Amino acid sequence: MENYIEDIKLRFDVKDIVSRRDNLSFITCEKEKTIALITHMKNNLGFTHFVLLTAVDWIEDGLFQLTYILNNPNAKIDIAVRTMISRENSEMESAHKLWQQVATYQRELREMFGINFPDSPGVTDNFILEGWDDIPPYRRDFDTKKYAEETYFPRPGRETNDPAEYMKKKLS
Amino acid sequence: MINENNNSENLNKFLHKENEIRNVETPDGSIIQVDPLNDYFCTDRPEVKEPKNKVIEKFLNWARAESLWVLGFGTGCGSIEIPPLVTPRFDAYRFGVQMRPTPRQSNVFIISGYLAVKTLKRVIRTYEQMQGPKYVLALGSCTINGGMYWDSYNTINRLDHYIPVDVYVAGCMPRPEALLAGFNKLKERIKDGRAEGANEYAEKFDWYKSNQKKIVKDWNMPDYNW
Repeated sequence: MENYIEDIKLRFDVKDIVSRRDNLSFITCEKEKTIALITHMKNNLGFTHFVLLTAVDWIEDGLFQLTYILNNPNAKIDIAVRTMISRENSEMESAHKLWQQVATYQRELREMFGINFPDSPGVTDNFILEGWDDIPPYRRDFDTKKYAEETYFPRPGRETNDPAEYMKKKLS
Repeated sequence: MINENNNSENLNKFLHKENEIRNVETPDGSIIQVDPLNDYFCTDRPEVKEPKNKVIEKFLNWARAESLWVLGFGTGCGSIEIPPLVTPRFDAYRFGVQMRPTPRQSNVFIISGYLAVKTLKRVIRTYEQMQGPKYVLALGSCTINGGMYWDSYNTINRLDHYIPVDVYVAGCMPRPEALLAGFNKLKERIKDGRAEGANEYAEKFDWYKSNQKKIVKDWNMPDYNW
């Protein structure tokens, strides 16, 4: 693990290197260098297996965090590359040329978070939500409870007679 | 088309390529224009079928109750309860219940669990393609009040706002025994002449359609497809 991290440190400006387990580490990289970094990891360091691409909404900082988890099948280790992108006009370079299946993750992220990946094949197609016209539902400013109550005809709940509440009402 | 004005804008926006108006060459060489939405689908509304004779209707209802042909369409986690139901351990065949692969051959629709909006669109289409009299058995708490997905952005809360439901089987998940009890309840209803879901759908067609269109935003199919 250490020699891979050392190799990456020599070539790229990475920070926040966190080791979770012997076989799992997280590194953080600039947005512009990320695709170059994972290309280097795939071609030269043996991280040939793409595990997943996911996003986290840091609404307080106005940032989205993208995480690319890559696996080295021979050394049996995972390295996750994190990058922070701006929440407004969020856009990221597509990585579908490295692994075809990344296009599907990017399509999902575009629908669920509204992160755009230009040139990714089929990125504007519907993934799960068909004809969605609200803000993307995985953004944290989307109120899913309010949306569900306004849209899906909630069934009224059972009436409860909590003894404490009942007596308070009766005595007041 | 029934609500042509409301519908046409959405239809154009979300129309599939296979449903676009196009020119087709016939075997004898002439070119004709095909409008799939009007030419391939019936645009009539569903009609209420009144029973003609009470005695005959009673006999028919008895016969209907003994042949429940279930559509093999699993919508949620409940569909995993169907295989044990029709295999020897629970053996639904002894109740006259059997599975069919297509909506044209079946008259019972089991909604087996949570319904995403995307699935609901397919459910509406399938339900309308089934022949009447048809019955709906709703499985699990998700179809009753949303269950554990009650505040989800993409799953419906109440199934009876979108298609008429005959029997609810509560539970998360109901076991196959509960499902068998639901079938017996459905039989009672049919024999009593109370399982009139298809007629109810035809009567309150506009209400059901407005509810369906409220959440299926990319409505790109005919209003009534069969």
